[in-house]
Amino acid sequence: MEYVTPKSASEASQALSQEGAFALAGGTDLLVKLKTRFVSPSVVVDIKHIPNIMTIKQSAEGWWIGAATPCAEIVEHDSLSKNWPGVVEALSLIGSTQIQGRATLGGNLCNASPAADSIPALIAAGATCVISGQTKEREEPVEKIVTAPGMTTLGKGEFIIGFKLPIPKNRSGDAYLRLIPRSEMDIAVVGAGVSLSLSEDGKIEAIRVALGAIAPTQVLLSGLEDIFIGKEPNDDAIQKLVSLAEKACKPINDKRGTIEYRTKIAGVLAKRAFGIALKRANNY
Amino acid sequence: MNDMTQSNLERALKIVGTRPARPDGVDKVTGRALFGSDKSLPNMLVGRVLRSPYAHAKIISIDTSKAEALNGVKAVITCADFEDFPSEFVPNGEMVVNLKDITRNIMAREKALYVGHTVAAVAATSDEIAEKALGLIDIKYEVLPHVLEVEDAERPDAPLLHEDMITIGVEPAPKKASNVAKRVEFGFGDVEKGFAEADLIVEREFTTQQVHQGYIEPHACLASVSEDGQADLWCTTQGAFVVRNFCSKLLGLSAAQIRVTASEIGGGFGGKTVVYLEPLALALSRKSCRPVKMDMSRAEVFTSSGPTSGAKIWVKIGVKNDGRITAGDCVLKYQAGAFQGAPVGPGAMCAFAPYDLENVRAVGYDIVVNRPKVAAYRAPGGPISEYGVESVLDEIAIKLKIDPIEIRLKNAAKEGTIAPYGPKLGPIGMIETLEAAKAHPHYSAPLGPNQGRGVASGFWFNIGGETSSSITINEDGTVGLTLGTTDIGGSRASMAMMASEELGVPMDLIKPVIGDTNSLGFNFLTGGSRATFSTGMTVVRSTREAIEELRKRAALLWEVDLDQVEWVDGHARLIAGDEPKTMSLAQIAKQAGKTGGPIMANCSMNVTGAGPSLGTHIVDVEVDTETGKVSIVRYTAIQDAGKAIHPAYVEGQMQGGAVQGIGWALNEEYIYNDKGQLENAGFLDYRIPVCSDVPMIDTVIVEVPNPNHPYGVRGVGETPIIPPLAAISNAVSRATNIRFNELPLSPPKVLARLMHG
Ligand SMILES: Cc1cc2nc3c(=O)[nH]c(=O)nc-3n(C[C@H](O)[C@H](O)[C@H](O)COP(=O)(O)OP(=O)(O)OC[C@H]3O[C@@H](n4cnc5c(N)ncnc54)[C@H](O)[C@@H]3O)c2cc1C
Repeated sequence: MEYVTPKSASEASQALSQEGAFALAGGTDLLVKLKTRFVSPSVVVDIKHIPNIMTIKQSAEGWWIGAATPCAEIVEHDSLSKNWPGVVEALSLIGSTQIQGRATLGGNLCNASPAADSIPALIAAGATCVISGQTKEREEPVEKIVTAPGMTTLGKGEFIIGFKLPIPKNRSGDAYLRLIPRSEMDIAVVGAGVSLSLSEDGKIEAIRVALGAIAPTQVLLSGLEDIFIGKEPNDDAIQKLVSLAEKACKPINDKRGTIEYRTKIAGVLAKRAFGIALKRANNY
Repeated sequence: MNDMTQSNLERALKIVGTRPARPDGVDKVTGRALFGSDKSLPNMLVGRVLRSPYAHAKIISIDTSKAEALNGVKAVITCADFEDFPSEFVPNGEMVVNLKDITRNIMAREKALYVGHTVAAVAATSDEIAEKALGLIDIKYEVLPHVLEVEDAERPDAPLLHEDMITIGVEPAPKKASNVAKRVEFGFGDVEKGFAEADLIVEREFTTQQVHQGYIEPHACLASVSEDGQADLWCTTQGAFVVRNFCSKLLGLSAAQIRVTASEIGGGFGGKTVVYLEPLALALSRKSCRPVKMDMSRAEVFTSSGPTSGAKIWVKIGVKNDGRITAGDCVLKYQAGAFQGAPVGPGAMCAFAPYDLENVRAVGYDIVVNRPKVAAYRAPGGPISEYGVESVLDEIAIKLKIDPIEIRLKNAAKEGTIAPYGPKLGPIGMIETLEAAKAHPHYSAPLGPNQGRGVASGFWFNIGGETSSSITINEDGTVGLTLGTTDIGGSRASMAMMASEELGVPMDLIKPVIGDTNSLGFNFLTGGSRATFSTGMTVVRSTREAIEELRKRAALLWEVDLDQVEWVDGHARLIAGDEPKTMSLAQIAKQAGKTGGPIMANCSMNVTGAGPSLGTHIVDVEVDTETGKVSIVRYTAIQDAGKAIHPAYVEGQMQGGAVQGIGWALNEEYIYNDKGQLENAGFLDYRIPVCSDVPMIDTVIVEVPNPNHPYGVRGVGETPIIPPLAAISNAVSRATNIRFNELPLSPPKVLARLMHG
């Protein structure tokens, strides 16, 4: 096994285009898989030495979060936390303090676990990712990356260099909730991210809801516009959100929860995350 | 004059009852302490185990030739490397073991009986080579149908694990083999008569799942056998002497040929009372003539060590309208794992033991299934049976509108009560813990919405057993203690404290160490909450003997009769004479060379008179009615310690037991798929509580001295894992008005009941 530390995106792409190459960010997924011999890479490409891949920047266009920025740095970033409290709280749930010192957004997304905590929050927030490749750079919405457990749309030599988030409008809020049997160090049985913005008169102008761990990939709920847009949120609308969330579920029965349980919880968490996002929007 | 058995119950104490820092503390917090896998030797090999992928399979053939031929492989072993034994049961603490089964559990012979059952092992020069060698071992299996649950295993058409197993304890003996290894029954009176007298009868069935002790340190050992058959074994264990005896039998070595040194231990809770890797490492070392180190991965610990039983139990209790119990009856069916030996005996004995009953019966069945063989787990068997009884009692209290503590007080066992398992109880603290619970501010604190408060009590016997220890008075006035019971919960501190109290010298002059198997006579393992009680007894006695010797030496130096010298505050003092004359321990020790040589004493005994310990726990839970998630909001553990030598470590035991009980109650369970493979062999999906899952566990130590110990000590380690299961289940039942009879109370299970009743 070879270990390389490319200093530029193109060098990294080149290294990653080799057979059996794996990107290494924080390693909190990759090293576990190495140890359990789930993967045996021929080349490990440490992407942390590429410019901008570990920085958080704000500009007029919005936020840039380098794909290999440790979650701990994001969690401690005050103005980002004020803008995107839901995205940041999703990251703050990953593992533990120690894990967050290494874990990254790029790794969480590209590991492509149905239960990954940052993905529903990022999708709800409308985040996009910038993908570096051998010939060109492209930008995609986060929901276009994961195709199945462990599978992504990234091509040969491609990797994520960073994430973009808009500067939220006034009266916007987002939230992420997950259900775990314990209180930390656990894996989401269901996760729900909600992002919304309100008009001056308190009507919903935009809303995105994404669910995790209820299907092979994260699910961005569709059909929310009719229920919410241009209206003040009421109990009836929330009940419809619950049903939409439940209907979007294609979960499995496994050691972490039954189909019935996951379906029910998807509705409960969507409702609760909606409540938190709404409160935040009203106060933002 | 110096009475070895004299009680200190009435004496004012200076050290015992205080909270000094533990002697082993600095090594532990600085990472210096050496645990099971922390030792290495030159030329050491790595040992690895090949495990059965099948839950039940006949082993047709094993071909190790390809593995042996691999460069770097130094030894391969299978069952052919171990002698077979006839069936014979020998007691091992609170459990019973059988060498015929042990040799089959450490290395499968005719059949593999669970996924993870050892079938071969290799020693090689590197981990990679050892792993590769495992892949080269060719085993032909004939896969057989398997059985995982007691209710399936009991059926007449169930696949048999042991074709020759005839149920013990049934008259007349069954003609046909079955998976039911044994039936036990305890009790007295006439339960039918008792039920006829009852105003209210509640009978319920309960299910508990298989759970693991969850010690953080995996099993590990390092064995070195020389060409002349002398063996050295370093391992993490609760009992070095017990390991020595098992290994000497399994390997055909004499006790003198094996020296076992126990490492520091990263938790055991009963799980490190038997052998797994140790005989394999010794056999591999003997074959390769090189040291062999082995350790288990976390997954191996789950699949292939000794968790405790899952169970089905049935409990029936009859009461008068005033809450007085007229009869108690229960049937307990415990999973033994692949070989008999479920802790159903102790489970049946203690099921109703907190209570003073006229008519009581407890029947238990020990049932083999295709799961790893169970080992002891903290109060083996007790949490399961008492969970059932304490749950039914709570339901009765609700039905009769009696306070749950009152109903327990009304029936509480006390001094003179005949225990359901036979003996008349000495002084015990059931009433005292209940009174302390009632008086605790927790018990009357208001509850929030969706919260419920549960109460449950627990009884555990505790044991004594064979013990020896020694004390040496060094020339500079310091003191050495050599102890033979593994220090699991701070016993070195407690021993030094008792010696310090007796001698009247500061504790920091006393150095307690755990000796290897050559340094003392046989010591039974640390289990049954026996260490502070039993080893403490030998420490007190040997210290008193050393004091006797110190007085003799002073008498010699002063040229007076022995009875002219008394021992006060670390000094010999001349009783008669006008001027007070004293000589310090250090002064006597310095002159030991001229007064007869080094001063030391030892004490060996088979300690009896252990005092049962009772506990009562109060817990407040909050149930999220939309998700089924149960949170522990407040928890108070109250327990009779007899005497807390080191109260902080007693509290630590109470808190640790409560936390393990919380895990058992809320989330822990072995989850098998239909192939009999364990689906959650890791701490991600086998959910022991993490710190943030539990509130600070409040503790109240009650002290009803055990008259059989010089300081009144009872064991405290096991009792605290008994009450949490029922206390939490009762709290959830009270919070939701739905009666829960199944553990764990994990979110999906609780929500299913909330949704469907
Ligand atoms: C104890 C523990 C607890 C955990 N708890 C949680 C939790 O609560 N919630 C949760 O969601 N996850 C959890 N995880 C999983 C893990 O920590 C997260 O998924 C983390 O975000 C992964 O980031 P990383 O940088 O460490 O990824 P790495 O291990 O470095 O990489 C993961 C995968 O993504 C690929 N990759 C990494 N970066 C890129 C990139 N920029 N472009 C393309 N491919 C890339 C790698 O090749 C690899 O296949 C836990 C892990 C552990 C060990």
